[in-house]
Amino acid sequence: MQNSFGEPQTVLLLGGTSDIGLAIVRRLVTPTLQRVVLACRNPADAAAAVADLAVGGVTVTAVGFDAVDSAGHSAFVDDIVEQVGDLDVVVIAFGVLGEQADFDDDPGAAARAVTVNYTGAVSIGLAVAKQLRKQGHGHLVVLSSVAGERVRASNFVYGSSKAGLDGFAQGLGDSLEGSGASVLVVRPGFVHSSMTEGMKATPFASTPEGVAEVTVKALRSGRRTAWAPGILRYVFMILRHLPGPVFRRLPLG
Amino acid sequence: MTETAPDTAPDLSRMTTLSGWGRTAPSAAYLVAVDVDTVADTVSMAQKASDRGALARGLGRSYGDAAQNGGGVVMRLDGVADAVVIDDVAHTMRVGAGVSVDDLLRVIVPRGYFMPVTAGTRFITIGGAIASDIHGKNHHGEGSFGNHVIEISLLLADGSVAVISPTVRPDLFWATIGGMGLTGVILECVIRVLPIETSRCIVDTMRADDLDHILAEMEEGDDRYRYAVAWIDLMAKGRHLGRSILSRGDHARLDQLSDSARRAPREYHAGLIASVPPIVPVSAMNRASIRVFNELWFRKAPKLRNNEIQSIPEYFHPLDMIGAWNRMYGPHGFVQYQILVPYGEERALRVVIERLASSGAASFVTVLKRFGAANPAPLSFPAPGWTLTLDIPAGTRGLSSMLHELDHVVLDAGGRHYMAKDSHTTPAAIRRGYPRLAEWQAVRNSVDPDGVWQSDLGRRLGLID
Repeated sequence: MQNSFGEPQTVLLLGGTSDIGLAIVRRLVTPTLQRVVLACRNPADAAAAVADLAVGGVTVTAVGFDAVDSAGHSAFVDDIVEQVGDLDVVVIAFGVLGEQADFDDDPGAAARAVTVNYTGAVSIGLAVAKQLRKQGHGHLVVLSSVAGERVRASNFVYGSSKAGLDGFAQGLGDSLEGSGASVLVVRPGFVHSSMTEGMKATPFASTPEGVAEVTVKALRSGRRTAWAPGILRYVFMILRHLPGPVFRRLPLG
Repeated sequence: MTETAPDTAPDLSRMTTLSGWGRTAPSAAYLVAVDVDTVADTVSMAQKASDRGALARGLGRSYGDAAQNGGGVVMRLDGVADAVVIDDVAHTMRVGAGVSVDDLLRVIVPRGYFMPVTAGTRFITIGGAIASDIHGKNHHGEGSFGNHVIEISLLLADGSVAVISPTVRPDLFWATIGGMGLTGVILECVIRVLPIETSRCIVDTMRADDLDHILAEMEEGDDRYRYAVAWIDLMAKGRHLGRSILSRGDHARLDQLSDSARRAPREYHAGLIASVPPIVPVSAMNRASIRVFNELWFRKAPKLRNNEIQSIPEYFHPLDMIGAWNRMYGPHGFVQYQILVPYGEERALRVVIERLASSGAASFVTVLKRFGAANPAPLSFPAPGWTLTLDIPAGTRGLSSMLHELDHVVLDAGGRHYMAKDSHTTPAAIRRGYPRLAEWQAVRNSVDPDGVWQSDLGRRLGLID
């Protein structure tokens, strides 16, 4: 149960090695925080993050989680709840970016990326929502992307998977109305992280810490969507409505 | 946060979002209206429906999550004040746990009786008063509510009703006093009542210019009065740190009333003078408004005024005159921080007051009170020492980390937190502040091995597994 300042006691990060996800968890560290679970494909990969977070009486564990094993997602959530009790904040931060050129050559790889980014998030999102509904409280944070807000030619496989995820997360949040649980959809722009290493930054780029700050602030104030940085909300308000011929000519990288 | 009236028939299909009086950290539960005849069936339904358990909720005046049970069943026990049975010889009354003190006073004051202990609000139930082991302005002399409970009828997890008292199953009795509703549902009780000659209070008021002055005055003089409490202006700093208004009194005797008042000596009216609308988009309680209020309040108080006659609502429940005043704090709500610091640790008390005053955290209602002896209940809050209570808007920047730091000051001094007010602290702080927690848990586990009685507070503070 979170306290009156919205400080959680228990946090589950799905995508336990995600730079943005870990930055969000670090921002949720207060004397109130008791338990953190980092879920990722290979728990050994999260060893450094476990050591980093396990200070001041916080119990941190890394567990194996396969985003594409949708059939196992309900049992996965049940196991976690069995270990740590009620989930106060759950963050869905896993995802793959990929290169559009590679996807063009290998449609199978594109489908696999979409399976992680969208299908996997749908099944784990529903499994988490079921638990939050059962406990009558809790927040699910879904890391969407501005790439889904208006899908660009330069990364349309990734962008379309985030567009689907974004719609799913909004609908899930609406379906939880009155249940005590809620969903926060976070839409970062370009983020300097290991996922984007070597890539050219687009305007209004931010950092994992910047996204985390926006996310935690939105959580505390009970908002349903957050943009990182905030100005992107207005940028995309315009981009979304640009006529196709104009949009296609923009140098959007 | 909406709390609609409970349905008449048990309905486990629709959830209601519940929060405490501070309007923070809500959760959704199945809210069911019950009476003494239907409560056991509802509990058994709750057990079948989920593993989230059941909890009784009174009027929702605890500040945090004490009366919430996310995902489980929350029961509002009805109560009829007129059904109270008063024993005029023994000065006791038998009363349903769902009865509100507001209703009860309307019945018992005209008959010449008063509650043995009254909190700062009359919008609480008898069951809640027992479960939180509430205290009032008379703790220094007369102890907390539990000291005046003679017998409790408690619905146990197995569906049976136990009649318990300080001599019959005393372990369970004292685990239920201050037990936050986690030992069973309190159905009915017998409590002592205080005979009064009139419905008026006779009050002495004085101003103290700083903390040393108020502490000395309270140490020296409180014991001459049945009731004593100080209001501190937390916005005052420097040499005015801790400036206070000390208000002490007793029930007025008939011969202390004016001729006109004597014609209806036990007349009792308690009403609202105003109400705060349901939606307050931004907090009306900010540093500027609270500073102005505190300044006016302090200046309004006389330097010294003795033998002022006040009504019961004026003296005991001044905030109750404004309906739903908690809404004044806007969408973020507010937290109440109430701590105990044992006698001899006044240095820690001073640190807490100094830190809060210098932080600029604006507290609208800051109250200082001296406690007397503790009772045998393992989770009862009061013990010999000072208790300080603050209301602070939850949106105050940096407030949470400051309170976590102050927790250490309080615990290092051997103090603790009042769970009925808490919405912020940690299981570790409760374990330190309540060294007899394990003893209480053993009693609870013996009567509730399957964990039927659950609450958000119980889970958050690690009272229950």
